Amino acid sequence: MGIRILKAGMMTTVQDLGRTGYQSQGFSVAGVMDVRSFKIANLLLDNPENEAVLEFALIGPTLEFTAGTLIAITGGDFQPTINGEPAPMYTAIDIHKGDVLKFGSARTGSRGYIAFSSYLKISVVMGSRCTNMKSSIGGFKGRKLQDGDYIGFRIKRRYLPFFLSRTLELDEFNQNEVTLRVVLGPQDEKFSRQGIETFLSSEYTVTSDFDRMGCRLEGPFIARKETTDMISDGIAFGSIQVPSHGKPIILLADRQTTGGYPKIATVASVDIPWLVQRKTDHKVRFKAISVEEAQRLYLEESEELNRMRKKIHQPCKEVLECRQVSRRIRRLF
Amino acid sequence: MLIEFGNEISPEVNRKIAAVVELMREQHIEGVVDVIPAFCSLLVNYDPRVIRYEKMRKRMESLLRVDIKVGEGKRKIFEIPVLYGGEYGPDLESIAEHAGLSEGEVIKIHSSQDYLIYMLGFLPGFCYLGGLDERIHTPRLANPRLKIRAGSVGIGGSQTGIYPLDSPGGWQLMGMTPVKTYDPEREVPILVEAGNYIRFVPVDEAEYKRIQAQVEDGSYQCVIHEEV
Repeated sequence: MGIRILKAGMMTTVQDLGRTGYQSQGFSVAGVMDVRSFKIANLLLDNPENEAVLEFALIGPTLEFTAGTLIAITGGDFQPTINGEPAPMYTAIDIHKGDVLKFGSARTGSRGYIAFSSYLKISVVMGSRCTNMKSSIGGFKGRKLQDGDYIGFRIKRRYLPFFLSRTLELDEFNQNEVTLRVVLGPQDEKFSRQGIETFLSSEYTVTSDFDRMGCRLEGPFIARKETTDMISDGIAFGSIQVPSHGKPIILLADRQTTGGYPKIATVASVDIPWLVQRKTDHKVRFKAISVEEAQRLYLEESEELNRMRKKIHQPCKEVLECRQVSRRIRRLF
Repeated sequence: MLIEFGNEISPEVNRKIAAVVELMREQHIEGVVDVIPAFCSLLVNYDPRVIRYEKMRKRMESLLRVDIKVGEGKRKIFEIPVLYGGEYGPDLESIAEHAGLSEGEVIKIHSSQDYLIYMLGFLPGFCYLGGLDERIHTPRLANPRLKIRAGSVGIGGSQTGIYPLDSPGGWQLMGMTPVKTYDPEREVPILVEAGNYIRFVPVDEAEYKRIQAQVEDGSYQCVIHEEV
């Protein structure tokens, strides 16, 4: 009763929203990179908001189901197929025992997510099911998945109301250039005025140094007022640190808890998904907003997700129309 | 939200931060997801769906106005038994040589004072300790080791510390502790927290093995002193 990993892909891990509450002890949060795609996948199946999913990057996995379940696939387009037939994304899919779900390489985006209505059988370690690879804890044996691994399901759950309505618009990750909104600080005062200007007006390129820990960008040198490193302090998801080489590094899910490089800004939470779905050589620009604006955007997105939840809990339009037509036909006789 | 407490590494600032974290825990501010205390700052992660920036800021400001009695509280000191030298501390000899002291003197200096835990970071349970005696400051190895065993006690420059897990590293190793400062299987995975102190206590091999056996069967209780 579960999934067998026929091919693990490049970097397939069990993730949820991360292991929070232990950063003061040096534990990285880990968790999903693209929180939006993660939430939509769980939402499509009425899963709890923080239910564990599979996250994969660059080349997706091939899975065989040893029991029926429902799944939802979100994030980048890895050209999923079920038994060789193209499978829809952002849609609840009924899976039968023996089905093989296969992903290719990413056509758009760079990270994909699969949620399961039967919930992955992964133990909770310190409040989370996510994989922390550096500490080798959580997830599946504290590591990324390998060919031949098997993960069971926790429950049997194959019925969902309004099943035909459970499809949402795709998030498109096909842009070659994105503008990320950032909140300046906490150490923006360590940079010269010109340095800040360079940062906010230049185009930066995503390099191949891009993994779950962070994303290094290439582009114009960001000048500092002083070259000395600072006293280490805490790092947030999306913190942009600029070491003395003057190129920004954006810290992501597997970031260290603390660091000693000055941080010029933090990417607004709602824009992190658009960053983590980039590929090498894509372009990134930055635009400064206030903390209040960043939080307003975050609340707006929460509301957008609520609207999606409502939408998939209404009878499917086509089915409704069929019903009305059949009622009319019945009255004719 | 990052709260800065000046720009220096001092025990007073650190104690103040520890006190604020303690106070936050007592008051249990709704919406706070995580806190990261560092040398002279405190990062607070919170959920804006529960508490917005302005309110959070006011909350923290009023909390910081509370007259925190710095340095008057009890110091919580964790005893860490260490077997120094030999195969357990392969670099003890070179540390002694560098300091121009005997191995015994190095051990005596290292274990005769309490070290303040300024912060935890880098690895789960890795402590940034302050106050290593200048006489035994020792440069890092030119060639870092690929694997240092969990429990290794070493010196890197002006810092001393314990490796919480197997990890590569360049510190000079002077001994090993059988105590697991980090154990993901334990109810409390990490023994210490920022603001506590560590006291290294030299033990012989028999004592080391005895404690190790207790650690293995889960009966070991770390010795903790509370001193004013």
